[in-house]
Amino acid sequence: MIEVEDVHYTYPNGIQALRGVSIRIRDGEFVAIMGENGAGKTTLVMHMNGLLKPTKGRVLVDGVDTRDVSVAQLSRKVGLVFQNPDNQFFCSTVEEEIAFALRNFGFSEELVKRRVAWALNLLNLTRYRERSPFTLSGGEKKRVALASVLAWNPEVLILDEPTIGQDFRQKEKLRQFILQLNSQGRTVIIVTHDVEFVADCDPAPRVVLMAGGRIIADGDARDVLTNLELVEKASLIPPQVSQVFHHLSDLGLPRNVVNIYDAQRVILERLGVRG
Amino acid sequence: MSIFEGFVFRRGDSPIHRLDPRVKFLYTVLMLVLAVMFSEMPILLILFLSQVPLVVAAGVQRSWAKTMRGSVFLALLIFFTNLATRWAYANFTLHPVYLEESVAMTLRFLTLVESFSVFSLTTSPDDLSLAMERVGIPYWFCFAFTTSIRLMPALARDAQTIINAQKSRGLELERGSFLRRVRNYIPILIPLIVTTIRRSLERAEAMESRAWGATENRTSLTELRMKTSDYITLALLSALLLVGVYVRLYVKIPRLVDLIPYAIKP
Repeated sequence: MIEVEDVHYTYPNGIQALRGVSIRIRDGEFVAIMGENGAGKTTLVMHMNGLLKPTKGRVLVDGVDTRDVSVAQLSRKVGLVFQNPDNQFFCSTVEEEIAFALRNFGFSEELVKRRVAWALNLLNLTRYRERSPFTLSGGEKKRVALASVLAWNPEVLILDEPTIGQDFRQKEKLRQFILQLNSQGRTVIIVTHDVEFVADCDPAPRVVLMAGGRIIADGDARDVLTNLELVEKASLIPPQVSQVFHHLSDLGLPRNVVNIYDAQRVILERLGVRG
Repeated sequence: MSIFEGFVFRRGDSPIHRLDPRVKFLYTVLMLVLAVMFSEMPILLILFLSQVPLVVAAGVQRSWAKTMRGSVFLALLIFFTNLATRWAYANFTLHPVYLEESVAMTLRFLTLVESFSVFSLTTSPDDLSLAMERVGIPYWFCFAFTTSIRLMPALARDAQTIINAQKSRGLELERGSFLRRVRNYIPILIPLIVTTIRRSLERAEAMESRAWGATENRTSLTELRMKTSDYITLALLSALLLVGVYVRLYVKIPRLVDLIPYAIKP
């Protein structure tokens, strides 16, 4: 469990990125942290593996204050995948890249080998194992970055802007993958402003909206993303399906519909057809 | 990365900011010449301290202090290398003179850092480029030079992101022996170099698609003109150079240890 208690954070250059954020993320939850650029999303998740320590307030990971342990110790539990994979590649092969963290955490060579093979297979990267990570395509790089974190099997997985620069098909695969990880009991937190990506997740995640360094809404995606006022405040645009249903509300259709799966169910019910 | 802080220009308004960049450049060169001309501790100390009023006059003391703090590690390295070498040459005996000489070498380094810091903190990259063009340096070179200065903050930001990414993968920079710690920086340096090269190629393409270098002779919106204050500063700098040369040739500069009566001479 991650507990963030009234956290304020000011960067050394004086920018106040967080102004009193409190949130509790339980084990096995699927959370989407959303908001415009500069809302404090990335700053918030960087507190969860100890990269940043709060200027005021505190962050507890499984009851341990992040100030009392090193980033390496926390990362063992909370895996953070960065937005731009180019910011972490330095090895000559994909395999080595994935093994890097495992060696840092002191895994035995035997175990490193096994975990690397497992992660490569999980993300469908086995055929690239001998390739240089720099020569891969954008989507493949993202997968290597993800594999390099999943390899040590962290209890909590945080993905910062996982959908940026990905085409529709890759996004769809990524969504299925995230949902699969979550269904296996892993806590998954994604930071994104891709509304459609979040709306199409089934089951719907918990959505945390941020603006100006504060949390302005926290609840089920179906309730938060269909609240025009809140979505506007976070500088987002409601999901397309939700916009349609807003215009159809005079027909007595509910407003809290965010994706086509729900839409289909609601419309069929309305027509008296059993799906 | 705090050492870079003191080299990044921030808009400001002070007599120092308003000086002609060419004059300021001459000041930096003069400080370099003087610092190399003298190896006596008292003179170097004066050179170092005499620039502090300039820093205060320009109102950049906070950034300057950060640079000074950032250069402590290198300063200590210079100090101990000097001291150790002298100690080894003197058959492993220590003497106050060696201490003074080592301090002098460290001060020389700090004086140079200080003068470059004053220059770059108070001179906008645009002014610098103009000044360089006026001296006859080709435009493409001026451009490359000022762009590299301008990109310094972006580079520092990239470095911080990369450090964060690698720390999240269990990299501990502060762990292990000295050699081990140096090796710890490989996972930081390689992504930094790769992203920087990639970015400069992209920048070059973007510039070419906006017709960079299409005209041979560029004109500029602002022209540099020397003001009275610039001529006065220039005169002062020339006087300082003459005094420096005179002192070097005709004045015997005492060592600090000679002034202390009970110090033992080697």
